Amino acid sequence: MGHYAYFVAIFLMVAGLYITIARGNLVKKLVGLSIFQTSVYLLYIAPGKLIGATAPIVAPQFTTYSNPLPHVLILTAIVVGVATLALGLALVVRIREAYGSIEEDQILAQDQDGDGADASR
Amino acid sequence: MKNDLVLRVVAKLFTPFVLLFALYVQFHGELGPGGGFQAGVIAAAAVILYAIVFGLPAARRLVPDAIVESLMAIGVLIYAGVGVAGLLLGGAYLDYFVLDRDPVHGQERGIFWVEVGVAVTVSSVMLKIFSMFASRGHDPDE
Amino acid sequence: MMAVLVVAVAVQRNLFSVVVLTGIYSFLMASVLVALDAVDVAMTEASVGAGISTVLLLGALYLVRADEAKPMHRPLLPLLVSIGVGAALVYGTLGLPAFSDPNAPIHTHVAPRYLNDALRETGVPNVVTAVLASYRGYDTLGETTVVFTAGAGVVALLRRRRRDGEGGK
Repeated sequence: MGHYAYFVAIFLMVAGLYITIARGNLVKKLVGLSIFQTSVYLLYIAPGKLIGATAPIVAPQFTTYSNPLPHVLILTAIVVGVATLALGLALVVRIREAYGSIEEDQILAQDQDGDGADASR
Repeated sequence: MKNDLVLRVVAKLFTPFVLLFALYVQFHGELGPGGGFQAGVIAAAAVILYAIVFGLPAARRLVPDAIVESLMAIGVLIYAGVGVAGLLLGGAYLDYFVLDRDPVHGQERGIFWVEVGVAVTVSSVMLKIFSMFASRGHDPDE
Repeated sequence: MMAVLVVAVAVQRNLFSVVVLTGIYSFLMASVLVALDAVDVAMTEASVGAGISTVLLLGALYLVRADEAKPMHRPLLPLLVSIGVGAALVYGTLGLPAFSDPNAPIHTHVAPRYLNDALRETGVPNVVTAVLASYRGYDTLGETTVVFTAGAGVVALLRRRRRDGEGGK
């Protein structure tokens, strides 16, 4: 059963994808996106682990270490992910002020009616 | 929330310890887990805790807006400045081994200043984003 | 445990509980990362994912102040699309090396060079910090710029125009 870690990451990824595309609430879409991103972190870090090894901090009493390269990548990815979340939430706040709602269906209906929003704020 | 005694006392007790822990994580990032990002986020979390319990104006007296905004840019400039220092001292951009008398000490000095730049930018950006969200709801002029 | 949390997030309609569940999910992810020996990443995920993300989501909820509306039609097509993507991914990962295989390609090409030489060349025992700040320093410069840009973007989006000197930005 060597691929169990991948299956867990894929289940989380599918759930995050479902939340992002199936729910109409904008904040929930952003939450689904962040769940999707964390599942990708798991997918990257799981292959780097060696059973019996230790964290990649060099010390005289250890001989094998887990692979440090995915850690570097994912560190950057986490910080970029929170930057994206912050910008997305700022956009949601502005959309709410312009359209009065954060449900995707209601926003689209307002746009198609033409009386839409005072988007020239 | 500043009328609740337990929250007030706990926030005042915790804030300096959390800031101290942030500095510890920053400077021990080379010997153990940690580094610039984690330290910046923990420092921002300390000030955010203070702002949540005592209100945003009290936190603004603690760390003025102008300082936070300039720190956002100064961190990136510190990082880029380390690169330029490498250029001026004879190597390529972001070369650390020219920064001191021998390559290993140069690397340590370069890594130290780079992590400081990262921590400064990350902490001030997180704090600024939080105060943007928190102060938007107060002014009803839109 | 995390699977249960994620399904609960998908089904829940009260946005405040969704945010709290996401915070719990981030903490569980950080624990799993510690078990996988990724200590730097776990610290970052715990502080950024469970700390800052939760604070930002709560701040946005305070400004938006709504709950999710009841879905009007059953989302059958998105469910099928998600399951289809999942099946394709499972098929793709069957060709990957098994968990904790020392002969996998990622352990034999570049990583041993970093693990053996990082302490000697940079004087820093934490290999992740050495790679992040020295060997791959350009990427970290880009990432710091991304964080700065996000801050500048949020300020540009949420700043209020000053009218006759009234306070608050």
